Amino acid sequence: MTVQSTGEAPPLPQAQRLFAVLADHRVLVSIAALALLPWLLPSKALAVNVLIYGVVVMGYNLLFGYTGLLSFGHAAFFGTGAYLTGIAIGRWGLPWFAAVPLAIAASTALGAAIGTISTRTRGIYFSMVTLALAQLVYYVALQASSFTGGENGLRGFTVDHINLLGVQVNFLDPLNKYYVLMAFAALAIWVQSRILNSPFGAVIEAIRENEQRARACGYDVERCKLIVFMLSGAISAIGGCMSALHLSIVPLDILHYQTSGMIVMMVLLGGARSFFGPFIGAATFLILEDVVSLWTPHWQIVVGAIFVVFVLFLPKGIWGTLLDVLPWARERR
Amino acid sequence: MSTELLRAEGIGRRFGGFVALEGISVSFAAGELTSIIGPNGAGKSTFFNILSGTLPPSSGTLRFKGRDLNGLPQHRFVHQGISRSYQITNIFPDLSVHENVRVAAQAMVVSYDIWRNRADLVELGDRADAALAAVGLTGKRGELAKYLAHGQQRALEIAIALVSEPELLLLDEPTAGMGPEETKEMVALLERLAERRTVLLVEHKMKMVLGLSQRVLVLHHGRLLADGKPEDIRSNPDVRRVYLGQSEGYG
Repeated sequence: MTVQSTGEAPPLPQAQRLFAVLADHRVLVSIAALALLPWLLPSKALAVNVLIYGVVVMGYNLLFGYTGLLSFGHAAFFGTGAYLTGIAIGRWGLPWFAAVPLAIAASTALGAAIGTISTRTRGIYFSMVTLALAQLVYYVALQASSFTGGENGLRGFTVDHINLLGVQVNFLDPLNKYYVLMAFAALAIWVQSRILNSPFGAVIEAIRENEQRARACGYDVERCKLIVFMLSGAISAIGGCMSALHLSIVPLDILHYQTSGMIVMMVLLGGARSFFGPFIGAATFLILEDVVSLWTPHWQIVVGAIFVVFVLFLPKGIWGTLLDVLPWARERR
Repeated sequence: MSTELLRAEGIGRRFGGFVALEGISVSFAAGELTSIIGPNGAGKSTFFNILSGTLPPSSGTLRFKGRDLNGLPQHRFVHQGISRSYQITNIFPDLSVHENVRVAAQAMVVSYDIWRNRADLVELGDRADAALAAVGLTGKRGELAKYLAHGQQRALEIAIALVSEPELLLLDEPTAGMGPEETKEMVALLERLAERRTVLLVEHKMKMVLGLSQRVLVLHHGRLLADGKPEDIRSNPDVRRVYLGQSEGYG
């Protein structure tokens, strides 16, 4: 195995070194890439959506890609982050900078509740329990309509300007909005990177690789799963907060299991277990949706077919496959 | 020499109506290399799983250094000083060889820290390297564990168990699936390991067990059939009847 790369051109040491530097500064590189996004994509609205879903999927990737737990209920955290932000601003009159931490805290608590129940199960049962509990959250939001707006969604909490250190920023301007929301994304990216680099990040990877052995090594696997479930929910909730601030409305659909399915599709398209893959996956999905829905209302058929091709032939997704194929990026994530 | 490390009293285990183990009482002294042998289905693995906390016993008590281990969850066993390897290679396939051992070492120190950089825990990396050196895998440290040869994966398996510095090392058929050359290397490794710690071994290869161990336990139909020095075991008529006679071929 020491001669793994026989027959291939030797990797370019310079490119390899450059890539290693970029990988070591993945937080800054990711933020820089996202800063360019509004100028690369056809519309600012699309760029904002990539940003939001990118954060949601990144949080999900912590659970699915790095810990190996396939949750089918992550919309619950996306939605709770959004709803709580909207409710705190619109109903309780809190400023956005208080509403967002509150929403994240509430989503983390929800993660503790759902995680406590679901991490007792494994495999398909875990997926089904998360799905069922997320649907429970959906129906609560549907029924508690005096609080959440029910089917009509939550309205009436428009944030039109944001006070940044004394400077009033017009939040209705798409570009201003993008860069303010990008600050949230940057925070999420930084936290995610810290977690992955931490000792705990090593534990969740060990659990993904071999749960039984991780336990024999002395890790409390169940507790670790619960913690990562909460962290994952918290990071995805940041995306929910961003969505609420962006849209000034929380549609009930944000909690629907279709949203959970979309999150799973995005992470698989982009590449589970890769740091930047979630953003690539979100961008790919949303661009496909944008482009294909121009010529057919049945865009889901096309996107679904592409998704099947990915699952069958590119299980590491776009970004993961790219990192595998490029000689100077191999063995890095 | 004869400080008692682990004592099992009346250990029994049932699976539904099937009695896998019954009334096993045995005590292990610190510093000894003991082997557990017995025909297939004798209850060796079950006994081993109970000693390592993988399975709770249906009856009986387990004491390690005087402490009652009953009800202790499996992940706490290694923190008490009992570490095990598995018969079927049980490693972290998609992690590097070094990370396989490093993450095992980390379990003794820190689990839930989500903020520090793991690369700053330099001492853990060094301990992992020391464990890899002990099993002769230093040259492979950067490779993914899944790409190692079978014998090397067995050695990695032991390095993972070893890095927690256990007082009692439980090894479940460390030479399973190995050829003669690899087996020889493994035996040499086991001899080195046993110099410094208490080792308990489940093995199939008879000659190897008798040559290596200071003490041999023979299980048969879930009961302790014999317990003694290798030479006593070899001449024990009961053992010859149930095990040695029929397993000459195992070599």
